[in-house]
Amino acid sequence: MNYEPVIGLEIHVELKTKSGMFCGCPADHFGKTPNTGTCPVCLGLPGALPIPNKKAVEWTIMLGLALGSTVSEVSKFDRKHYFYPDLPKGYQISQYDQPLCRGGKIETSQGTVRIHRVHLEEDTGKLQHAMVDGKKVTLVDFNRSGVPLVEIVTEADIHSADQAKEFLKKLHQIVRYLGISDADMEKGSMRLEPNISIRKVGETALPPYKVEVKNINSFRFAAMAIEYEIKRHATILESGSIPAQETRGWDEAKNATVSQRSKEEAADYRYFPEPDIPPLRFTRGYIEGIRQSMPLLPDERKQKIVKEFGLNEQQATVLIDDERKLNLFESTVLSNAVVSAGISGATVANWIINKVADYGVATTQQVAADIVESQKITVIDESELQNVLATVISSNDKAVADYKKGKQQSLMFLMGQVKRQIPKGNTQQILDALKAALDTQ
Amino acid sequence: MLIDLPISELSEKLRSKTVTSVDIISECYDQIEAHESKLNSFITLVDRETAIAKAKAIDETIATHASPLAGIPYVMKDAYLTRGVRTTAASKILDSFIPPYSATVHRKLEEAGAILIGKMNMDAWGHGASTENTDYGPTKNPWDQERSAGGSGGGPAAAIAARFCSFGIGEDTGGSIRNPAAWNNISAMKVTYGRVSRYGAIAYASSLDTMGPTAKTAQDCAYVLETIAGVDPYDATSSPKPVPPYTKEIGASSKGKKIALPSEFFGDALDPEIKAAIMEAREVFESAGAEVTEVSLPLLEYGVPVYYILAPSETSSNLSRYDGVRYGGKRSLFTKENKRRIMTGTYALSSGYYDAYYKKAQKVRSLFISEYTKLLSQYDAILSPVTPIMPSKFGELLDDPMKNMMADLYTVTVNIVGLPSLSLPCGFGKTNLPIGMQLVGNMFSESTLFALGHTYQQKTDWHTRQPTLVSSK
Repeated sequence: MNYEPVIGLEIHVELKTKSGMFCGCPADHFGKTPNTGTCPVCLGLPGALPIPNKKAVEWTIMLGLALGSTVSEVSKFDRKHYFYPDLPKGYQISQYDQPLCRGGKIETSQGTVRIHRVHLEEDTGKLQHAMVDGKKVTLVDFNRSGVPLVEIVTEADIHSADQAKEFLKKLHQIVRYLGISDADMEKGSMRLEPNISIRKVGETALPPYKVEVKNINSFRFAAMAIEYEIKRHATILESGSIPAQETRGWDEAKNATVSQRSKEEAADYRYFPEPDIPPLRFTRGYIEGIRQSMPLLPDERKQKIVKEFGLNEQQATVLIDDERKLNLFESTVLSNAVVSAGISGATVANWIINKVADYGVATTQQVAADIVESQKITVIDESELQNVLATVISSNDKAVADYKKGKQQSLMFLMGQVKRQIPKGNTQQILDALKAALDTQ
Repeated sequence: MLIDLPISELSEKLRSKTVTSVDIISECYDQIEAHESKLNSFITLVDRETAIAKAKAIDETIATHASPLAGIPYVMKDAYLTRGVRTTAASKILDSFIPPYSATVHRKLEEAGAILIGKMNMDAWGHGASTENTDYGPTKNPWDQERSAGGSGGGPAAAIAARFCSFGIGEDTGGSIRNPAAWNNISAMKVTYGRVSRYGAIAYASSLDTMGPTAKTAQDCAYVLETIAGVDPYDATSSPKPVPPYTKEIGASSKGKKIALPSEFFGDALDPEIKAAIMEAREVFESAGAEVTEVSLPLLEYGVPVYYILAPSETSSNLSRYDGVRYGGKRSLFTKENKRRIMTGTYALSSGYYDAYYKKAQKVRSLFISEYTKLLSQYDAILSPVTPIMPSKFGELLDDPMKNMMADLYTVTVNIVGLPSLSLPCGFGKTNLPIGMQLVGNMFSESTLFALGHTYQQKTDWHTRQPTLVSSK
């Protein structure tokens, strides 16, 4: 039987604002001493009240605009209730029926993936399971509590693990280019939750179940989890059953998903409008202002470097995929050194694509200087060249003999030996001199 | 007694050094030592030495203090966080909670140089109208110790009536400032929602909670409100509207002021003694040149049902942080009334019931807003009783949850709309129990209400009467 996967994604992205979603604590919590970046608000102390972070709202709207969403002119926050030790108020301030942004899309090579909504909420604290005085305990670190968190929800438009991966990479790139989040998976600042079900090819209705996989911290694992689930569901459907509606987690060690919570235990979140925060109203002018201030998106920057610097599609793609390289390219290609030496964009692109990994820290100045240097035609002093050639030829009898027998590889070997001693020499000049020297042997 | 004097006079005496803050504070502590055991108004009493030390510091620097509240003793309902001073909301769940920060209201009063002497008894988490629903024993009414001091802020009201302090800070979600004011013969202002910061006040029902002053007179309340009102960067619902100079505007004439008297407030539920007192008050206003007209507010009867959906819904959310993980006390320490409200609210917000209860109540709330707005576009104030009943005997409200709810009949609609309301003493019943009235005004019309109240208190002396307990030894 042929099945078609039906996949939707929920992605959480931590914003890199200076302060928290509703308080003045630092939003940068990674690697900090537990419970040092907290205040009455993010600890949910009695009497504390949330003040929404303007920047976080602005950045969420900006992300919505980048995704082609409709920005709500009236939005509000709601309380989502559940008990968990990392949630100090007993509710999370989130958005329920009036998210900041609705709709939008990302194009993938396998079709359009529509965005359902983009909303803003606060992150929770973090549990740490540890041993204290020989006892197994669970500790809570509230540094992450109240960090601004954007949730992006797609429609169930994704039909393969590869498409999911492509979508996620594009979204990751957009977030990074907007400069609103590090979107660092390792640090948990971008978290992925696929909702997966499958149906027979040709069917159009949504399957009567779905499985949500949580705790995924890489694109690769997301793809693996999706593949794993597709196979698992197919087996269950083939046996005449319907997979259970549940939440599963990705187990890196087992390379498998494992059941975490069944639908029956699903919480009633008792959403209601957050009375501590008045509704948000945005004028068209405000939203347009955000649109104007938006940096160029990956696709726009790609078009720009192709058009302005004459790069080919492949070079442009490689640079766009790594914003660090792209930024280095753009600064280098426009640097005085490169411009005055008349070096082409393609040359700069190739250098950066191939050699930037050799640098510890690649500064524009250093890279530009190296590229200019590499393009200089250095004419080597003829007597010095002859001395080197004589040494190389006399100490590589076998290679010389092989060359004489017509082995071209030996010529390249000898060339390498010469270059080792005169690294900056003009290749053509050396090659011509080497050939001449060998012929007179 | 010094503490009988209005704040303005005390402040002048402090400045002219004819009286010291130490004198005032000492008198308060003497009074507390003599009578507190009969009332149980305090949950936490600041120790005398600490308060006296603060008073000394104020006395030495009195010339440098701009605020008339400098050196004046006050109490707070135990719902306000006071840094370093235990704050319980009258629940054992917070029995050992020493706040690491202060409510904005407390901070402003401290900055003004006022001196906190205690944290006062209340119905736990604000749930109640009699200060019986507390884990620290009920507060007794200074006028009759077999009766309740009202609630939820019975503690601060009783303390002012008993002359333990000059003024108090209450918190009114459905009548918690006004009801005890009426039952203790004191004055109190339930402010417009957003007028005073809620930051650091333990939330009962966030969209209804308001922070206001209680004192002997409208004028004293005006001095306090001038100090605590205003926008707060820590409260997104606080209003940026400028704070009027209430004490300067309080002398405004009542001549030509239009007062509405809605007939729905004078139905069968109302005790005839209270009705008679309000009708006498009407005549006082008329004699001051105000025009009193009978009107209709047909929605009134829906006030209690709407309030008892919205307030429990919000409280079920606000109290979920007391889950037993932090703060020490377990969830089993919630009182029966707390549990009743948490359960009701949880139910009203549950999926499948949300539309029928919470959402519908919000719709009726909108109707209340438009009905009150319409009425108050034609009148300067609405005159009504505060409570339908005289101070209740212990057990009466506790044993009858319906009666307990109905005690809020005249006060809750004001919170539903967010209007200000000034509660004033307006007479006594046959058994010498005090009666209160309220003047409800348009949003942010506190100044108008203070002026009307001040006019009334110039023409009457109810507010000067003291329980016999005060002068007894």
